Amino acid sequence: MRRSRLTMVAGALAAGALALAGCQAEPGGGDGGEETTGGDSTGDAGGEGLTIGIKFDQPGLGFQDGDTYTGFDVDVATYVAEALGHSADDITWVEAQSANRETMLENEQVDMIFATYSITDTRDEVVDFAGPYFVAGQDLLIRSDDAGTITGPESLDGKNLCSVSGSTSAQRVKDEYAEGTQLVEVGGYSECILQLIQGTVDAVTTDDIILAGLAADEGSGALQVVGSPFSEENYGVGLPPGSPLCEDVNEAIQAMFDDGAWEAAIEANTEGTGYTPNADLNPPTLRDCEA
Amino acid sequence: MADFLTVLSEYDIAGAYWVNLKLTFFAGLFALVLGTILAMFRISPIPSLNLAGTAYVNILRNTPLTIIIVFGLAVLWPVLRVEFSEVFTVNFFWLGVVGLTVYHAAFFCEALRSGINTVPVGQAEAARAIGLPFLDSARLVIFPQAFRGAIAPLGNVVIALIKNTTVVAAGSVSEIATLMREMIENESNYVYPIFLTVAVGFVIIVVPVGMLATYLSRRLAVSR
Repeated sequence: MRRSRLTMVAGALAAGALALAGCQAEPGGGDGGEETTGGDSTGDAGGEGLTIGIKFDQPGLGFQDGDTYTGFDVDVATYVAEALGHSADDITWVEAQSANRETMLENEQVDMIFATYSITDTRDEVVDFAGPYFVAGQDLLIRSDDAGTITGPESLDGKNLCSVSGSTSAQRVKDEYAEGTQLVEVGGYSECILQLIQGTVDAVTTDDIILAGLAADEGSGALQVVGSPFSEENYGVGLPPGSPLCEDVNEAIQAMFDDGAWEAAIEANTEGTGYTPNADLNPPTLRDCEA
Repeated sequence: MADFLTVLSEYDIAGAYWVNLKLTFFAGLFALVLGTILAMFRISPIPSLNLAGTAYVNILRNTPLTIIIVFGLAVLWPVLRVEFSEVFTVNFFWLGVVGLTVYHAAFFCEALRSGINTVPVGQAEAARAIGLPFLDSARLVIFPQAFRGAIAPLGNVVIALIKNTTVVAAGSVSEIATLMREMIENESNYVYPIFLTVAVGFVIIVVPVGMLATYLSRRLAVSR
């Protein structure tokens, strides 16, 4: 009896150790729908393949469509990867959800993250950033019929807003515009678009380029971005702490600014929405890499 | 550590848990009432009520709670115009309570039915022998004993309910799961401590409930 119980404990420990080992070995392990393009991709920096974390659910930025990936973040990531000597086929795309990004970098499950990742002080403490490669700003997406009545955050009195629960944009609305507005917080932006079209909310709020992507995805021209951003979000390339890639990534991004590919990528991904990025801040000046 | 405590003090954690407790209280109360009615349906001698009770339990018990909650926010409110208040936060709170209630009523019903099974069949026969109709024998004889026999499984359902209140974050109710997301968004350097803090909070709430359920189930058991 005693022996068999001991054996059971040992067995359970061994199973647990195996499970942990599995977590370490697989890049982005546990993410369903992960696409492995090369058999040799390992997720280790400097290996043959390159593992890049992106959003899978943001049309126009990072979007999984069957086994292809589209969007501005994907385009920038591909350009940078090619400048680092990897072909597009070498890249393994994994999903980097907002709440998981720091953890994925700290555990080196990914080599880089291009996922509407704003550079902030608290994030800077735990991970490295290259870039920024884009400056977005919080803005409003409205029904085109309301163009003229909703012109910016100051015209929101008595209006209903939608944003993703817990996001910086939702918090800003709660903190600064709570007086005259009501907020619906949902799990994803597609639910917000539904509420906007149904008329239960008057505006969806988050970063302007995300809104432009959503409007382009909706496609009918019924939705439009107001175009008066009221915050500054510096989208950076998330790198594992101490990553040697920062300088190279910055060089690649600068090359992308200079040869026109950056502008072309923005235009291609926001086509038909009339969206133009804030010209005063874009293209942004790159930060120095930390030593 | 001291830095992390400063960060924690910037957030209204107790207030967020309070929302979860309020959700638990109202949803638990209504679900217990609805669950008792359903249990009565399921043991009643009328086949159509039997069928209705069984159908309700099997459908609601097998529908994921997230879907019920999202249905409230995306269909019940905007399409079917079920509105408890003009004020969004109040409206969403009660939509959340409705979602939690209809879902957990199925579990309360089944917990009660397990309690009913502890009542010897002789009790029901004796009730009928002295001429009590079904409702009276349920009210006076069967349910008082069934509740006492069902304390432990009812406690389990309450514990599940407490933890399930975090799902109403999907229904635009600001509670501890929403606050945790906000904290992780803002304080990315403390992801693990934030997770642990929220988890410990739930342990602090749930453990006493479990101990109380165990104590009461012993104390109130019908000795036979």
